[in-house]
Amino acid sequence: MGSGSKLGKKEDGGRGMEKEAKQQQQLQLRQRHAARRGRRPLAALAFVAMAVACSAAVHWQLRRETMERAELRLVSMCEERARMLQEQFGVTVNHVHALSILISIFHFEKNPSAIDQDTFAKYTAMTSFERPLLNGIAYAERIFPHEKEMFERKHGWIMKTMNREAAPLQEEYAPVIFSQDTVSYLARMDMMSGEEDRENILRARTTGKPVLTNPFRLLGSNHLGVVLTFAVYRPNLPADASVEQRVEATAGYLGGAFDVETLVENLLSKLAGNQDILVNVYDVTNASEPMAMYGSQTPDDKVGLLHVSMLDFGDPFRRHEMRCSYTQKPPLPWSAISNPLGTFVIWMLVGYIICAAWSRYDKVTEDCRKMEELKTQAEAADIAKSQFLATVSHEIRTPMNGVLGMLDMLLGTDLTMTQKDFAQTAQGCGKNLIRLINDVLDRAKFEAGRLELEAVPFDLRSLLDDVISLFPSKLKEKSIELAVFVCDDVPKLVIGDPWRFQQIVTNLVGNAVKFTERGHVFVRVSLAEQSNVETCRVPNVTLNGKDCKVESTANGAFNTLSGFQAADERNSWEYFKLLLSDKELPSNELEGEKCNQMDADQVTLMISIEDTGVGIPLHAQDRVFTPFMQADSSTSRNYGGTGIGLSISKCLAELMGGQISFTSRPSIGSTFTFSAVVKRASEDTSSDSERSLCEALPTAFRGMKAILVDGKPVRSAVTRYHLNRLGITVQVVNNMSMGVQAFGQNGATESREKPSMLFIQNDIWRPETDIQLLNRLHALRMNGQVHELPKLILLVTSEADKEKYGSTFNAVLCKPIRASTIASCLQQLLQVEIPVRKENQNRPSFLRNLLVGKNILVVDDNKVNLRVAHAALKKYGAKVHCVESGKDAISLLQPPHFFDACFMDVQMPEMDGFEATRQIREMEKKANEEKREQSTSAEGSTSADWHLPVLAMTADVIQATYDKCIKSGMDGYVSKPFDEQQLYQAVSRLVVGTTDPAP
Amino acid sequence: MAAAMQLNTLMSNMFATGLLDDQFQQLQMLQDPSAPDFVAEVVTLFCEDGERIIGELAKLLDKPAVDFDKVDAFVHQLKGSSASVGAQRVKNTCIQFREFCQGKSRDGCLKTLDAVRNDFYDLRSKFQTMLQLEQQVQASFYPKQ
Repeated sequence: MGSGSKLGKKEDGGRGMEKEAKQQQQLQLRQRHAARRGRRPLAALAFVAMAVACSAAVHWQLRRETMERAELRLVSMCEERARMLQEQFGVTVNHVHALSILISIFHFEKNPSAIDQDTFAKYTAMTSFERPLLNGIAYAERIFPHEKEMFERKHGWIMKTMNREAAPLQEEYAPVIFSQDTVSYLARMDMMSGEEDRENILRARTTGKPVLTNPFRLLGSNHLGVVLTFAVYRPNLPADASVEQRVEATAGYLGGAFDVETLVENLLSKLAGNQDILVNVYDVTNASEPMAMYGSQTPDDKVGLLHVSMLDFGDPFRRHEMRCSYTQKPPLPWSAISNPLGTFVIWMLVGYIICAAWSRYDKVTEDCRKMEELKTQAEAADIAKSQFLATVSHEIRTPMNGVLGMLDMLLGTDLTMTQKDFAQTAQGCGKNLIRLINDVLDRAKFEAGRLELEAVPFDLRSLLDDVISLFPSKLKEKSIELAVFVCDDVPKLVIGDPWRFQQIVTNLVGNAVKFTERGHVFVRVSLAEQSNVETCRVPNVTLNGKDCKVESTANGAFNTLSGFQAADERNSWEYFKLLLSDKELPSNELEGEKCNQMDADQVTLMISIEDTGVGIPLHAQDRVFTPFMQADSSTSRNYGGTGIGLSISKCLAELMGGQISFTSRPSIGSTFTFSAVVKRASEDTSSDSERSLCEALPTAFRGMKAILVDGKPVRSAVTRYHLNRLGITVQVVNNMSMGVQAFGQNGATESREKPSMLFIQNDIWRPETDIQLLNRLHALRMNGQVHELPKLILLVTSEADKEKYGSTFNAVLCKPIRASTIASCLQQLLQVEIPVRKENQNRPSFLRNLLVGKNILVVDDNKVNLRVAHAALKKYGAKVHCVESGKDAISLLQPPHFFDACFMDVQMPEMDGFEATRQIREMEKKANEEKREQSTSAEGSTSADWHLPVLAMTADVIQATYDKCIKSGMDGYVSKPFDEQQLYQAVSRLVVGTTDPAP
Repeated sequence: MAAAMQLNTLMSNMFATGLLDDQFQQLQMLQDPSAPDFVAEVVTLFCEDGERIIGELAKLLDKPAVDFDKVDAFVHQLKGSSASVGAQRVKNTCIQFREFCQGKSRDGCLKTLDAVRNDFYDLRSKFQTMLQLEQQVQASFYPKQ
């Protein structure tokens, strides 16, 4: 319970900040999203505004174009009308001109006049089509006052003024003598009496051109009109006459009223489009006060569209103009509305699409963010799970170790049989539990990525020997053969993680042994390159489950280690031979030495573990490496186990840079193969570090010879491999008689040359016949041909056989054979002296040797630590002095002093360990200099320099701290609280480094 | 004998719950005839020291402006003591405490201070019981004449 709560707190503390940071990040992200979403309506509004503006622009553009077109049309229409009006006017004027000439000729040249009122009226009436614009024409004669009476008499009537009164006396008179019927009311009227007419008359005769009056309402029709006046000259007037001449030559005046209104009306009615257009004609002689000649008097305020065309009616004094405007505003074309509308719609559609895309994007990013969140959560959960597993496993392991230790102690006490049995069972269960927990821990560590491999040099061969020595009890029950073979090419020493390596092999071998009832379990190690060569050379490689032909010997047995069929025949002799073929007899040289010269630093080892067990059912083969998965539930019932081992092996193999795979055929067997990348270790690095891992094999048997009687080549190769490791040369023979023969042949003189041992495999031994062969050997000895009989050694698989053959043979070796078991057996037989290697010195006592009697100063501000350190060092016999601050230490360590070493806490108030050490070193330097001066003067006595070994005590042993220690002049460090091993290392390094300071 | 059994149970309980670790066993191993009261001495030292530090910490954290460096120094000291004694749980809490210190989180510090205090007083009471029991055991071994 305690561990659980602690666990929870740890998690809280460790992750709190991380979690907070993550939350903050997410918050920021969300805020950013919100801000983006908040800005969106604004953007949409802006977009709509833009769309409206664009539509409006299109609208105005179209409108302007329409207006321009209307204006253009108006201009052309106006000009057209003006020109036509002018032309018609001109035509009329011309005709009046012609009439004047007619009058001048027929009235004045003929005497008496050829024209009278009737003629004139008739003529003018008949030619009035020529003057459509003049509603009538009249002729007034110029009369001076002196002629008045004569004139009145001649005509028989009296001149009247416009007001129908008798004409008063005036300078001149212009009485109408001829008049068209339409204007007969003008007859006898003196035109000079009207202001307008008078002016006109005067202007007409001076200019000689037609002149016009201001527009006014005509008497007859009440239409607006002007009066045209044309002077009639006497016929002899020259063309370039002066004004006086012209006035002089004036004989009379021809006049007519232009009905402008009718004129324009007629004109307009002839032209297209007169409905649309409003025409006004003005007399603008007085520019400030235009007088309407045609059209509505009140000019409309529609200033919008107006065109003004100048009119020239031939009167230089008067100016006229035509103002045209549309009757109604030109209608807006549909396009001016539909186009902007269309544009707007398109804008809106585009906007919608963008908006939709945007929201879609938002949704997707939001989803993505959620996914990320979930992913991180899942990952965190996964890590938490792994950590939980790791921690819990660890927490279980600690009390479990206590339980096991107690059980061990309990077993050491005096117990009854039953009690002992119970305790043993409990211990066994406990051990199983620990193993399981270790597996789970490994697995969890691997998943959490915290599993790290070591890299230390180790001897693969002895490691494998150790592995197979773990299984004897199981093997003896089942009588299966377990053998190891390591190719000669494999380096003797490799750098890797021996414990993990051993874990994989142990696991695989354990499995193999567990599932095998008969036959063998064979571990073979070779280099990966070699294995490739093998498979290349022999084409028919087996596949899982496929029934391949396996070569068998004549007697039906397979050419494997035990004669049973194996799933993967790569271990069968045909293949196996290839591994050996290169170096049939590796002679006495230490194996592997050759390969050490190979250049590659890294080697890939292929380790295959072959068994002849039940195999793995086909359906279960693809989930063999899944944790907690066994072939089926019956497997765990029959064989036990959790099924975690293989998955861990897989993890470990992958961690070692290799792979794991297997070939299995149900009820034939399985072969697991894994590869691992290891480094070669050069021989010299191995000198001491590997000593703890493997005991070196005795070398006393080097150069000896042996004969091995074995019918099975694979097995004989294994046996030879072990013997070769001991330096024994082996000759292999197929059966007993050949063995005896071989022995006989080798009957050389020197005993060293002779085979001194005869190894016989159990199954080759035929007691009935082979005994006789042995007897022959005995006979040979009797005859003196052979000085010494070879030692006979029988190799058996089960303990039972050991008893049976004990009498016949010198020794019976029980399998699995290992180099070391052979060595110990031979040692007994041959009585070879094997120098017993000294045990590693007992460290505590060694430490005691180092420390006993030494004066040691311990500096720590923490009383508890001080007390503990004191006791710990005292245990090793040191005389310990304690101080609580760096300053006290410095004052004590002022040379000369009697201390042999100082343990200095790193973190102290006021003065920390680094600073204190620096000062100590400084003092020493000074003292040394002084001493040197003294010694130079005193000559000879060269005592050693002051250098007090200072060791840092620190809780966090990290590289940075270590570097700092060294920098400030310390000699090393020990972790707090003291660890014996570490203390030993640190102290021994000091002792080795500095020559004994105190004699 | 009852005292011895009680002591045993107490000790194994303390180890099992993770209150103590191997270091305490080391301490016990250091106790020999030359220093018969070594464990008691160290434990008493630790208890006094720890109480003082926890008091100081409470004072420091009570101030409006917390001097985290000072707090850190005190926690470091407590961590060192507890590591020496093998007070595993106090040590672990101290490690956590220092993390908060470095993070300058006052709330975290206060929270862990409570945790440290709890762990510490729990341990102290157990230590006291242990010392009493040990005395009883010794008294039963060497009965007073």
